[in-house]
Amino acid sequence: MSRDKYEAVIGLEVHVQLATRTKIFSISSAAFGAEPNEHTDPVCLGLPGALPVLNREAVESAVRLGLAVGSHIRPRCRFSRKHYFYPDLPKGFQISQYDEPLCDGGVVTFRLNGEVRQIRLTRIHMEDDAGKNIHDASGVSFVDYNRAGVPLCEIVSEPDIRSADEAAEYVRAIRTLVRYLGISDGNMEEGSLRCDANVSIRPRGQTTLGTKAELKNINSFKNVRDAIEHEIARQSVLLDRGEKVVQETRLWDPDRGISASMRSKEQAHDYRYFPEPDLPPVVVDEAWLDRARKALPELPEARHARYLGTGLSAQDASVLVSERPIGDYFDAALAASPAHPKKIANWLINEVLGRVDDPRGLGGESMPVPPAALAELVDLVERGTLSGKLGKDVFGRMWQEKRRAAEIVAAESVSLMSDTAAIEEACKRVVERSPDEVARFRAGAAKVMGFFVGNVMKETGGKANPKTVNEILRKLL
Amino acid sequence: MALDVRGASLTALAAGVAARTWKSRDLVEAYLERIAQLDQKLGCFLLIDSDGARKKADAIDKKIAAGKSVGPLGGVPIGLKDIFVTRGIETTAGSKILKGFIPPYESTASTRLAAAGAISLGKLNMDEFAMGSSNENSAFHPVHNPWDLERVPGGSSGGSAAAVAASLCAGTLGTDTGGSIRQPASLCGVVGVKPTYGRVSRYGVIAFASSLDHPGPFGRTVEDAAALLEVIAGHDPMDSTSIPQPAGRYRQASKAGLGGMRVGVPKEYFQAGMDPEVEAAVRAALDELVRAGATLVPVSLPHTQYAIATYYLICTAEASSNLARYDGVRYGHRTSEAGSLEELYAKTRGEGFGNEPKRRIILGTYVLRAGYYEAYYGKALRVRRLIANDFTAAFSQCDVLATPTSPTPAFKIGERSADPLQMYLADIYTVAPPLAGVPALSQCCGFTRSGLPIGLQTIGPPLGEEAVFRVAGAYEARTDWHKRLPEDKS
Repeated sequence: MSRDKYEAVIGLEVHVQLATRTKIFSISSAAFGAEPNEHTDPVCLGLPGALPVLNREAVESAVRLGLAVGSHIRPRCRFSRKHYFYPDLPKGFQISQYDEPLCDGGVVTFRLNGEVRQIRLTRIHMEDDAGKNIHDASGVSFVDYNRAGVPLCEIVSEPDIRSADEAAEYVRAIRTLVRYLGISDGNMEEGSLRCDANVSIRPRGQTTLGTKAELKNINSFKNVRDAIEHEIARQSVLLDRGEKVVQETRLWDPDRGISASMRSKEQAHDYRYFPEPDLPPVVVDEAWLDRARKALPELPEARHARYLGTGLSAQDASVLVSERPIGDYFDAALAASPAHPKKIANWLINEVLGRVDDPRGLGGESMPVPPAALAELVDLVERGTLSGKLGKDVFGRMWQEKRRAAEIVAAESVSLMSDTAAIEEACKRVVERSPDEVARFRAGAAKVMGFFVGNVMKETGGKANPKTVNEILRKLL
Repeated sequence: MALDVRGASLTALAAGVAARTWKSRDLVEAYLERIAQLDQKLGCFLLIDSDGARKKADAIDKKIAAGKSVGPLGGVPIGLKDIFVTRGIETTAGSKILKGFIPPYESTASTRLAAAGAISLGKLNMDEFAMGSSNENSAFHPVHNPWDLERVPGGSSGGSAAAVAASLCAGTLGTDTGGSIRQPASLCGVVGVKPTYGRVSRYGVIAFASSLDHPGPFGRTVEDAAALLEVIAGHDPMDSTSIPQPAGRYRQASKAGLGGMRVGVPKEYFQAGMDPEVEAAVRAALDELVRAGATLVPVSLPHTQYAIATYYLICTAEASSNLARYDGVRYGHRTSEAGSLEELYAKTRGEGFGNEPKRRIILGTYVLRAGYYEAYYGKALRVRRLIANDFTAAFSQCDVLATPTSPTPAFKIGERSADPLQMYLADIYTVAPPLAGVPALSQCCGFTRSGLPIGLQTIGPPLGEEAVFRVAGAYEARTDWHKRLPEDKS
């Protein structure tokens, strides 16, 4: 396969919709999902005479993002107009940032197959989103401007990405990050996280860059992977045949799993950028930066490292870090039961996460088993009051009935028998009625121990402390 | 019998309404009658809102009868250049491309006028998108100069200037980007003020060149213009370039006298090419200022010669951007036949825009194209800075500058319309102040032998409107030019 001959060089432009209350330059709601054109006003509709007023909350969000990835935040940046004609673009230009973006540089860190990867950023800039064209089956087109003016951050990476998997993981890391920061819901399906990819390939060992193609319309993690895989394969075939890759913009068709040329380099737009005269430069002073820095939460990578430090496996740590509320839940449970990080992680991952549709709801009021309650249960199991199996049953009831473990245990005496005499009675009964097994055990068949333990547990209705059972049986045998 | 409002001043009319000497409704009827008689020949109005004006006047009169206060401009009929968007009332910016556009919102300036009790009689004619110096670029019809119907009123706020000159409104609003208030004020013999950039909100003012657009008032007297500016000036959170300062006390300044002020006379504004009658009148005005107690100081604004070129690079670049939104998709004109999106744009814009906007869109698109930004727009911004520095330097030597407003009096309709370059030179004395963002006022300082008004321009430092009003008010108090009225030609 020709694939091994080539190395892919990928840079991504990720657009993140900021979850501000109002639009970036006007007072309409920036929320998703309203009736068409309900969230509009003279400014975002581009009515004659309307003027943009910058939403400080949007800048605040962008500053948080920049700080989180270690960008240099410019003390003074400005907006520029980017011109092109399209029905969903109400002003005939987008208000974006060009030569003076808010953030320069930065690094996005994540793990791919257990290995730490760092992708450098070129810049992060702010801009307004366009509306949406809707094409009716009858051939009539409509435009919904609800999205027009929703604030966006465009995160431009260096061409540091080397595979489709890595690209998908990079986008996922950005989603995790923006969710941690609380600046976006990062939802690719609703378009609050979108991605364009610049892909080129070159023979392995070559350091100069090949000709790139830009892929647009890749709007899910699966599409990120599929579209880039497809593009690498397409370019590999071209080079194998001795043909050239053409610099162009290609549109990914997720239904057919192929891309098609949208426009060539020669047809590329001349955006005629110039500084937006309706907006003064944006000034972010040190005091603002200090406040923003102090307000940053613990970030995914730091959290991951901390979890490894408590002895968690990399895999468990990754799950706990994947969404901020999972880690928050874990931390709260760990605070209540600091001795058992690994056990808490297991219970959280297997029992709690298995029962929630969206882990982002973990912190909610309606959570049937809050972190402290899980910690309590883990303690009961670890102290031997409950067996693992009993613990799981109790957890199920806690979830269903919204009751605490201790309450269930006390009210229904489901705890293990700690009455040694009673356990000893049960053990004796089992030993007496199983002479064959006793003989086999004494002849050296250690496996038979399981038979005795199982029968004692049956005798006691599963309530005997397995540790005690083991000790007594060994004594008797 | 209707009130005779010919030549009446806005401040006097407002005082009369407040004192119950006359009713607002009587004023409205008097002006509507004059409009009915005279505007057929003048062409000042694009839209007359008689019913709206009558209703508002009755409401004001009711308030007065009930002893309530009605604001400093209570009951006074005014007019708005059709570049100010007005809620529920067609707003076209003098362009076919906006024919039928009914804005769902109101400009800050007109909102403030209404809150002060002023009553809008309608929308005034203008050069399309404020591009022009003669009002011949209106997509609908030209405006005729009340002093000589064969001549232009100046532009782009020609309707606003002519309406005040002909007493069709007690005062009006216009916009000035390269001279569009001061030049028509000069050609029509009225007072026109371009305030400091950011002094009056641009919210709801249809953009031509955002960094140069200055809304401002026209009045029959300096005090009238001051009264209007006092109402419309002041910070507006809806315009991010609005200066966060309250309006000054311009009426008071217009009556304060100019004792001891230093008036700078920039040599670059008194050079060859000026009409001799204009030069004589302006020099006589300078002498009058000296008699009023001013000291004349010779100054230099050395980058003046670059002002026109700089202005046309910046204004065309910004215009090409600001006019991109007129695409036929959401409002205004849309071509009736388009087979593709591309064609929708091309035909809509081809049909909707007149020649001057097209010329400027093409120039501006050229100026901003990739790879040429530095050579044109970038360089123009740097020269603009030098021009602004000229003013800063001059104002270290004087309090205001006095210059002619226009190198010539009103020219004949059609005389220059075939030659855009000749037309652009009409703004030679007015383009620099908007580039520097400094305030400037034009008032009448004489007439040619053939009876055409001549304008004197007073320029102040940034936020120095008071100084400008002091000089203009003092000059007006010593002269009678502003009392001359054009004949009614019905």
